Amino acid sequence: MAKASEMNTITGKDVDFSRIRNQFPVLFSSVRGLPLAYLDNAATTQKPWAVINRMSEFDSAEYATVRRGAYRLAEQATQGFEDVRGKVALFLKANSPEEIVFTSGATMGVNLVAASWGRKFIGEGDEIILSHLEHHANILPWQMLAQEKGAVIKVIPVNDIGELDMEEFDRLLSNRTKLVAVTHVSNSIGTINPVQAICAKARAAGVVTLVDGAQAAPHMNIDVRKIGCDFYVLSAHKMYGPSGLGVLYGRKETLERTPPFLTGGDMIERVTFEKSTFVKPPHRFEAGTPAVTQVIGLGAAIDFLNSVGMERIERQEKKLLDYATELVSRIETVSIIGNARHKAAIISFTLADAHPHDVATILDSEGIAVRAGHHCAQPTMDRFCVAATTRASFSFYNTFEEVERLVEGIKQATDLFRG
Amino acid sequence: MSSINELYKRSIFDHNRNPRNFRAMEDASHSCEGYNPLCGDKVHIYIRLDDSDMVEDVSFTGSGCAIFKASASFMTGAIRGKTQDQAKETVTKFLDMVAGSSDPEPEDTSLGKLSIFQGVREFPSRVKCATLAWHALTCAMDKVASGEANNGTATPAKDESEPERNVVSTE
Repeated sequence: MAKASEMNTITGKDVDFSRIRNQFPVLFSSVRGLPLAYLDNAATTQKPWAVINRMSEFDSAEYATVRRGAYRLAEQATQGFEDVRGKVALFLKANSPEEIVFTSGATMGVNLVAASWGRKFIGEGDEIILSHLEHHANILPWQMLAQEKGAVIKVIPVNDIGELDMEEFDRLLSNRTKLVAVTHVSNSIGTINPVQAICAKARAAGVVTLVDGAQAAPHMNIDVRKIGCDFYVLSAHKMYGPSGLGVLYGRKETLERTPPFLTGGDMIERVTFEKSTFVKPPHRFEAGTPAVTQVIGLGAAIDFLNSVGMERIERQEKKLLDYATELVSRIETVSIIGNARHKAAIISFTLADAHPHDVATILDSEGIAVRAGHHCAQPTMDRFCVAATTRASFSFYNTFEEVERLVEGIKQATDLFRG
Repeated sequence: MSSINELYKRSIFDHNRNPRNFRAMEDASHSCEGYNPLCGDKVHIYIRLDDSDMVEDVSFTGSGCAIFKASASFMTGAIRGKTQDQAKETVTKFLDMVAGSSDPEPEDTSLGKLSIFQGVREFPSRVKCATLAWHALTCAMDKVASGEANNGTATPAKDESEPERNVVSTE
């Protein structure tokens, strides 16, 4: 394996990525006098100037409420806001902007579907299929619903390298199944799940599907029609946009059958004290004043991602993952948790003598930011018989030098704890 | 490396590898579990008080990071032989020290070896690791005051009818 310095030559025109990196101001901050190596991108990503500046411009000169004001400023803000809905629809290859609902995040997206669609269509004895790789956000809303309705949760098992057991999925799918909710990419161990195959099988069985795309949307081309899901959720802050904002894609027919979730302003046709009627999706699901500036910021993030190119992002992150996997797996004391054949740029690992929190602290002292813990995926941790892991998650803006710093840091932790 | 050396003193590595009083106690008079949901660290603290309210024995079991394990290990050494009131005073001083709300007075040597945990305050996300066992100890001693006894058996929290009363959480 080549050294980082040679890597730039190997990657040829991808030297451009250093110019792209320059657009993220946070990446040039220092931690205790050392340059920050930000490797916690699965938790949240940093923002480029394009996003920071656009939100600041909007707040400085263009901000107003949306879909309410009968004045110029509000009309223009509404236009900008709805334009982003269109941008998101194109980004996800949805059929129309009417299939795009703004939420407060992927977590809210799943909760919305569970509380509205789920409460209406799931009943006693019905089965909900999840996978063993889910984030708690795609477990708990279903667990609450199942407890309320007397429904049953079934779980697609995971094999030792971290891939879903698709034969077992075939066996679990039955005429009792009402919903399959799976993650596109595991946040804890990086596995890219075969969501297209899962949704095709579910759809053939007349089963509704939800895909948690929080970890996928920033890293690969997403085509919700090709995936064939009914619902797809994501978070803006994991794709270089602002926090507090997410997107729920809902297939038109499914969304139209879904009752309102939160009720309030701007989602109604007519309200009396006796009875009210609600507007069509997507606005039916957007009660109250939305996160206007954040939506504008998401628009800028999507423009930014498109300007870099999702295929290019995927290729660059694959190179970073391969380089990191090669170097990290050579360290004797390391066990990498999750070695799926299709993986996003996430390395989750344990060290023989050091607890993940200790490892994270040693890495932090070298300026390297990683996550340590159960990553809100305790069932996944249980499956691999660990309480926690250290997780390094990469973005296209990371460098091969940062991978080498990570490796040096892990070696240092190993030496310290071996004593 | 300077601040990291302040946090991970040599003796912390020693107590992490060879924690003292790391065992369940069959004849504990009081016990309590502690759990940090953020990282999954778990501890079970056992104490046995004698007739004069003195901590005759103290031990722990559990799993977690080096800071947690060393802190629990040092705690057992610091608490044994103390009366409950003295033990509680040590707990308060220790918690104040790692939270950074008080510097140990130079002439105040009551924290003794425990002062090696002073470096933790530079790492706010690790304070909970250092304090988990101490909160569990407080929980166990609170049971003495409330008259709740173990009747000679250390009972894991999950077997209690009201488990939340028996488990402290640092979250």
